[in-house]
Amino acid sequence: MKLGVDFQGGSVLELNFENRPASEQIQKVLTPKIGDVELSTEGNTGLIVRAHELTEIQHQEALNAFATAFPTAGLEEKQFSSIGPVVGNELKQKSLFAILLVLICVIIYIAFVFRKLGRTTSPWAMGLAAIIALVHDVVVPVGIFAVLGHFYGIEITGVFVAAALTILGFSVSDTVVIFDRVRENIIRGGSRTEFGALVHRSIMQTLTRSLNTVFTVLLSLFAIYFFGGASIKYFSLALIIGIFLGAYSSIFVASPLLVWWTKSHSNGSRS
Amino acid sequence: MNKFTKVLILVIASLALLVFVAPQTINQVAQKLHIPKISIPNRPFRLGLDLLGGTHLIYQADLSKVATSASDAMQGVRDVVERRVNLFGVSEPVVQVSGNDRLIVDLAGINDVNQAIKLIGQTPFLEFKTLLPPVQGDAIIKKALGDQTQGLTATALCAPANGTTLNQFLITFGADPCYQPSGLNGSGLKTAQVSFNNQSLSPQVSLELNSEGAKLFGQITQANIGKTVAIYLDGLPISTPTVQSAITDGHAVISGNFTPAEAKTLVERLNSGALPVPIQLVSQQTIGASLGQDSLDRSLRAGVYGLIFVAIFMILFYRLPGVISVVALLIYILIVLSFYKLIPVTLTLAGIAGFILSLGMAVDANILIFARMKEELAGGKSLYVAMHEGFSRAWLSVRDSHVTTLIGAVVLYATTSSIVKGFALTLGIGVLTSLFTATVVTRTMLNLMTSQWFEKKQWLFR
Repeated sequence: MKLGVDFQGGSVLELNFENRPASEQIQKVLTPKIGDVELSTEGNTGLIVRAHELTEIQHQEALNAFATAFPTAGLEEKQFSSIGPVVGNELKQKSLFAILLVLICVIIYIAFVFRKLGRTTSPWAMGLAAIIALVHDVVVPVGIFAVLGHFYGIEITGVFVAAALTILGFSVSDTVVIFDRVRENIIRGGSRTEFGALVHRSIMQTLTRSLNTVFTVLLSLFAIYFFGGASIKYFSLALIIGIFLGAYSSIFVASPLLVWWTKSHSNGSRS
Repeated sequence: MNKFTKVLILVIASLALLVFVAPQTINQVAQKLHIPKISIPNRPFRLGLDLLGGTHLIYQADLSKVATSASDAMQGVRDVVERRVNLFGVSEPVVQVSGNDRLIVDLAGINDVNQAIKLIGQTPFLEFKTLLPPVQGDAIIKKALGDQTQGLTATALCAPANGTTLNQFLITFGADPCYQPSGLNGSGLKTAQVSFNNQSLSPQVSLELNSEGAKLFGQITQANIGKTVAIYLDGLPISTPTVQSAITDGHAVISGNFTPAEAKTLVERLNSGALPVPIQLVSQQTIGASLGQDSLDRSLRAGVYGLIFVAIFMILFYRLPGVISVVALLIYILIVLSFYKLIPVTLTLAGIAGFILSLGMAVDANILIFARMKEELAGGKSLYVAMHEGFSRAWLSVRDSHVTTLIGAVVLYATTSSIVKGFALTLGIGVLTSLFTATVVTRTMLNLMTSQWFEKKQWLFR
């Protein structure tokens, strides 16, 4: 997985040229000034320079070197970040801690809301099933981005954390809506029916809603993907994958897990 | 309350919000319709650096030499940096202490980042200055302004009432027409603290000088009894006390009509010069103005397209309730944007993501209710019953999905910083608003449809 500079420390310089010089020439100009750099091109005129953490003096030296070596290139600086490794580490730890805390709070809330279902199924099973579905929804996009990072150099940045959190939010509500229906069906005397069949019925009853919600959200996300700027393109891609998976997992991961857990548990207590 | 009255209130409230959110548009309409004298003041949205273009700097302060309160020392550093940043004329600069020893500086729309970084990172310089004879002061003014002195004299410029003009002069020309260096600077000052006058109990500022400083200070006060000695920080005066008597023991008191807060600020400034806290740049993020504008334009365009697609889908699939949900969604957007202006929320790309997510939740709340309504209608219930059942049955799901998201938003807001925090804030506002629009706005409008006339036209709802 390729972490962005905001997690790792280091610097990124995004430039735009009227006539972009060849990468080898740029490399030749920069290396004596700021050491090893990694260059990648963006479109026809853009260039992204990645390097270790740079001081402002080194940053200015690099820009001056550009100006003197390529006077006719028409250089414009679009973006520059230089982040110390300590700051990067902090962001990483804080984000992870926050995500974990959210997961724990959600388990507790779900267990609390569904606490009256003790006879048929364990509320903790519901919370846990929802969380496993959540982990699934976040792990898969992270994996996809790891692959994208490997082949296309797409990095995981701070904005990606916001995307992961968004996915968490949607996935929980998807799962909770199905579980709500399960609860309603149990309360309406569904405890006589077999639990698996009851969950199946609940899924079918909420299916239109699940599909419609995902569809409307995907509509706005595709709008962002196609019409939004480059900076939020990958953000929306992560969301598209995650939201789709969120709907999928509440039906195909959380619900089967709930049935499996409940059944194995009640079998265990009987024998 | 009559259901029509409720709708009327809703319409008036939404119009009021519209005026608040988009005053320019309303003003334009008023102009086209030739309605005179209607001009609604505009309170702009606050945009983050990634949308506006600008520089986000994080400094690490070295507090190892600070013996007293670290947080006071950081406040001193913050104050010094803020004074410097204000010199750039940047609109709404943000300088804040983060954690124990970090300083965050946000400069929007700045051109010369390099210059700013150089200036901010300098060690604060504190110096004591004595009065300059007015004749020499006049000469300095004449040299600086040339033919445009317009009768400006040093005596006039140095009067306490003209403090701002003097600062302007000092910044522009770098020459001081009022005071001259005395040879005593921050290194002679040991510490400053707030104390209280024994008799009047009013706050005052006590200075303690080290042995070298005390010697110099003794000479200065001896020679200037009854005159002003000015204290300068970074080239600008921060205090201009009058010497009452010669002070040779190194303990001086500045009294005046200080409020406790003013005394504290002066102490922080003095200490920042006496015990300079070096700061080091550990993180820099600069976004060009063109990139920021581009991101903003594109995000807005994407948002509008997204909204149109969602509206078309909702109307096609849910018919009349779909139309209602679109209206509810527009009201929802108005409410959320008003919150952004009121609080005010700094909008960043991540913040916009939070907004879009909450938009999705607002649509979802409506979908939950309508799906349930459709189900009840299909079960052969009357429109009136179906509507009520739809609401009461969907309520639990709406509540649970909103609360789980809200839990997430609150935890994130409390535990994180910068990007993720902005996201959590817009998400939280959105979720709360969505709960309101789904339960109150959508319901009020749907209630309007529970008449005999609509009962016969159930195809509008199925």
